[in-house]
Amino acid sequence: MTPPTRPRTVLQRLGVSRDQLSMATIAGLAPVLALILLMIVGAIVAPSFLSAGNIRSLLLSSAILMIFAIGQTFVISTAGIDLSVAAIAQLSGVALGLVVAAGSSPELGILVALAVGTAAGALNGFLIFRLKISDFIVTLGTFSAFSGLTLLLSDARPQIVNSPTLLAISTGGIGPMSYLLLVALVVAAVGYLLIFHTRFGTHVLAVGGNRKAADAMGLSFGNVKVGVYAISGLLAAIAGILLVARLGAAEPTAGSAYQLTSIAAAVLGGVSLFGGKRSIVGPLIGAVVLTGVVNLLTIAGVPVYYQPIAVGAVVVLAAYLRRYER
Amino acid sequence: MSESNPTPLLQVTNLSVRFGNVVALDGASMHAMAGEITAIIGDNGAGKSSLSKAILGVYAKAEGTIAVNGRDVVMSSPQVAKELGIEAVFQDLALFDDLALWQNMFINRVLRRGWGALSLLRRSEMIAKSDEMVCQLTVNVPDARRTVRSMSGGQRQAVAIARAVAWGSNLVIMDEPTAALGVRERTEVENTIIRLRDAGRSFILISHSFDQVMRVADAVWVMRHGRAAAHRRVSETSGEELVGLVTGAISE
Repeated sequence: MTPPTRPRTVLQRLGVSRDQLSMATIAGLAPVLALILLMIVGAIVAPSFLSAGNIRSLLLSSAILMIFAIGQTFVISTAGIDLSVAAIAQLSGVALGLVVAAGSSPELGILVALAVGTAAGALNGFLIFRLKISDFIVTLGTFSAFSGLTLLLSDARPQIVNSPTLLAISTGGIGPMSYLLLVALVVAAVGYLLIFHTRFGTHVLAVGGNRKAADAMGLSFGNVKVGVYAISGLLAAIAGILLVARLGAAEPTAGSAYQLTSIAAAVLGGVSLFGGKRSIVGPLIGAVVLTGVVNLLTIAGVPVYYQPIAVGAVVVLAAYLRRYER
Repeated sequence: MSESNPTPLLQVTNLSVRFGNVVALDGASMHAMAGEITAIIGDNGAGKSSLSKAILGVYAKAEGTIAVNGRDVVMSSPQVAKELGIEAVFQDLALFDDLALWQNMFINRVLRRGWGALSLLRRSEMIAKSDEMVCQLTVNVPDARRTVRSMSGGQRQAVAIARAVAWGSNLVIMDEPTAALGVRERTEVENTIIRLRDAGRSFILISHSFDQVMRVADAVWVMRHGRAAAHRRVSETSGEELVGLVTGAISE
């Protein structure tokens, strides 16, 4: 499906003439094409890229990004954007670290971390809906505030978390499937049900696609906004806990890069920044592609500073191709 | 008011809506009878759309009273109007392009099974019912699973009208329902409204077109400067008189 010279009319005609080949289907193909392209380039540049071992480690290192990207998908489907996910993950991770440092069990720490992340996300949604400030500004502000709070609470020092449970989660697995990937897939499955098969998911898309019509139909903008940001916050907390599990400590600044890449994976996966378009499988593949680009550059021995440049180029290219959808 | 049907379906009394210093409605009073098509005409800015939005509960701060079947109601939100069986076809249709026809039909009345946050949509049931709802209205029925974006202008109009008619058991307000349509599609919409009126349904029709009002309406209100300035039975007026009332050349 390469974009033709007059893509709008051609795509519309396709949508009208063939029910199954809808715009959403075409949008859904973009991340698959990117993945195939990555695999071809990878096979040529570095034969070990497609080895079973590398694929397993690639999926493992994609898992946390997948979780962030699914949270971001809910927010972006309402035409919002969550710039605070990495900060919420850090805040939740530090909350876990502090509970453990105070002598309580890591399990209690995990529950506290999940509650902190959900509350922080719900606060984003509440500010956006109640104060009528744009999503971008609110989450830019809370990103800064949550980061500061994290540094304040942790005194900018990592908190060691010794937990057999967390260690098992970060290193173990069932057969070839790591627990990290399993958690990401469970999150994806629940996200899929929620967005495609519930009233909430339908209203998320309605509010994101046409705010005026949603108001006229009496849908609750506040419920939808608080809901999607609470979900994004909860998933950021899960990701934050997994980061703690991988590092063995709550690092106040761990995972800052997920801020950009979570948005990138969602957009690459076919979620429109203008709202109204949703996909769960797309962002998963988007997360694999972005992680794969970095992985391939590493295998090919490209200096590490080229990695953010490559990721940025992939994202801008994906967003450019998206222009042809509407 | 005739003696056989003394209570109007809708009675609006002294309705006022202000946005800062702008007066959108200035003590408007009007009524609509059940089983009729009541037209509202007037110049741009005369208050036609403001009146319909106030009746639909979009303006929570409207002053004045609204009575439905003789009972005073407070239209504090669109939800209140919906519960009273009052629906609307908006000028911009208020459809969700990326959602399927059935999702648009059931957007605020989804059928679910199970309970709690994860109760699931009864998808096939809603698809079947949507097919039925649209079938009753038009012969040119699109597949209920198709997205609204992929439909023609006439089909989109049909979806919006079918949604309002399906849920608006008491009254359907139509704001310029044919403004964006060609002649053939406009005729189809007009015939549909007349057919439903003959079956006992009630409509308020906001229109720019004097010809359309004379063709389809039973009664007509002329809005001027935020008030309903004149009321006529269509059988007792003419297009020329209506033009005069709208422009102010004829005054009450």
